[in-house]
Amino acid sequence: MKIHLILNGTPREMKVAPDRRVVDLLREDLGLTGVKEGCGSGECGTCTILVDGEARLSCLLLAAQLDGCRLTTIEGLAQDGRLHPVQQAFIDQGAVQCGYCTPGMILAAVDLLNRQPHPTREAIRVALSGNLCRCTGYQMIVDAVETAARRMREGEDA
Amino acid sequence: MTQVLIPTSLPELWSALREQPSAHLYAGGTDLLVKRRAGLLDPAILIHLGRIDALRGVTADDDGLRLGAGCTHRELLEDAQVRAVLPVLTQALQTLGSPPIRAMGTLGGNLCTASPAGDTLPPLYVLDAEVELWSAGGERRLLLRDFILGPGRTALQSGEILAAVRVRRAPHGSVQHFEKVGLRNALACSLVSLAALVQTNPAGRVKHAAFAWGSVGPTVIRVPEVERHLIGQPLSLSVLSEAAVLARRAVAPIDDLRADADYRRQVAGNLLLRLAETGSAPER
Ligand SMILES: Cc1cc2nc3c(=O)[nH]c(=O)nc-3n(C[C@H](O)[C@H](O)[C@H](O)COP(=O)(O)OP(=O)(O)OC[C@H]3O[C@@H](n4cnc5c(N)ncnc54)[C@H](O)[C@@H]3O)c2cc1C
Ligand code: FES
Ligand code: FES
Repeated sequence: MKIHLILNGTPREMKVAPDRRVVDLLREDLGLTGVKEGCGSGECGTCTILVDGEARLSCLLLAAQLDGCRLTTIEGLAQDGRLHPVQQAFIDQGAVQCGYCTPGMILAAVDLLNRQPHPTREAIRVALSGNLCRCTGYQMIVDAVETAARRMREGEDA
Repeated sequence: MTQVLIPTSLPELWSALREQPSAHLYAGGTDLLVKRRAGLLDPAILIHLGRIDALRGVTADDDGLRLGAGCTHRELLEDAQVRAVLPVLTQALQTLGSPPIRAMGTLGGNLCTASPAGDTLPPLYVLDAEVELWSAGGERRLLLRDFILGPGRTALQSGEILAAVRVRRAPHGSVQHFEKVGLRNALACSLVSLAALVQTNPAGRVKHAAFAWGSVGPTVIRVPEVERHLIGQPLSLSVLSEAAVLARRAVAPIDDLRADADYRRQVAGNLLLRLAETGSAPER
């Protein structure tokens, strides 16, 4: 079937198998390997993407469901060569070790900050509770999201 | 290859179901696509319900609330009416899966999966919820407890969908409480859960009590002896401890990789004791 979507800001028309998992479509057909597959069954959050601005698990979506949607993967988050504040904060706070969970964590955090610009630490923990990290112990990830939230608020004031 | 149909209205859905009577429905896909990947089913045709507006939204009238089956768990959690009228459901939804699972998974999917561990079931059992089933030919209503027939089995007939759940307002001053015991806080299937709806008189004595346990039997379990035992009694630790003995006797848990039956039985009773804390301070 043919689907129309906006992928990382670019309108595309694609021929897809309707039952292709979106994680496979993105990684294998489009080469967007920033999207990771951990569990393939909804448990780990590494395959998180934004669909119409909201975090979704690409391992539990079928290609047909994307028709008419706006998709953002980690590859599309930087604007005009500048990292998104959440990406920058992950670097600054040392919130990345092996990096496997990072794209999903960052996109889940972006979704949180879009809907809740002033999250408490507890709210950050809850919002990221569907994203597993085997390396960092989460402290620095929560620090990074707090930092990004502060910078994004200050950026708006400026 | 599986064909995927995405109707955007009820007429389109009914004609899709008429042409493809063997098609399998899905909404959020958080149960169905996991099972499909595990090789447990391989439908030739899937019908996605996510774009049918008639299945979404929460509406209120004098009697209570009508929850569209297509509402995601997150939509229900964010709904002010649900939070105000159905705290026992809200508490359960907060423990369901994880944020992305709550953003994708739907109420209809949770009920139609009919898992004994389905977290929306115990709250909706104690609230005596009704389900609205729609087909091309019309509508029928059933009590939720009559809709769920067994693990993974419902009264849905071919060509029928779950359209909505109707819940009456609990009497003013009722205590609504849900607690789930799992192996971790997020992404944890329940080992045992308990939903409670208890109404007391001004003297603090129980007028009406409804309890429903999850994950301790093939479906949600209600124990009439426990409910009867509490009538006329205060929600004291000693009264609740007696009720807990009755509850442990009545539940029918199994051993599985997450916990053994004895542990589940013990906890099923223990969860009642929490009402000694929450019962004295009505949540609404
Ligand atoms: C990682 C993970 C964690 C989870 N944790 C929990 C948890 O803690 N607690 C819990 O209760 N569940 C949990 N689940 C299970 C699941 O997310 C929920 O049951 C969810 O509510 C299912 O909704 P859905 O819309 O995704 O269902 P789908 O997968 O779309 O559908 C499930 C079944 O219901 C049928 N169906 C769906 N909607 C309708 C309708 N309107 N009419 C007729 N039939 C319909 C489908 O045909 C299918 O057979 C978890 C799942 C995952 C992957
Ligand atoms: S790969 Fe999708 S949640 Fe783990
Ligand atoms: S940095 Fe390695 S899994 Fe999170």
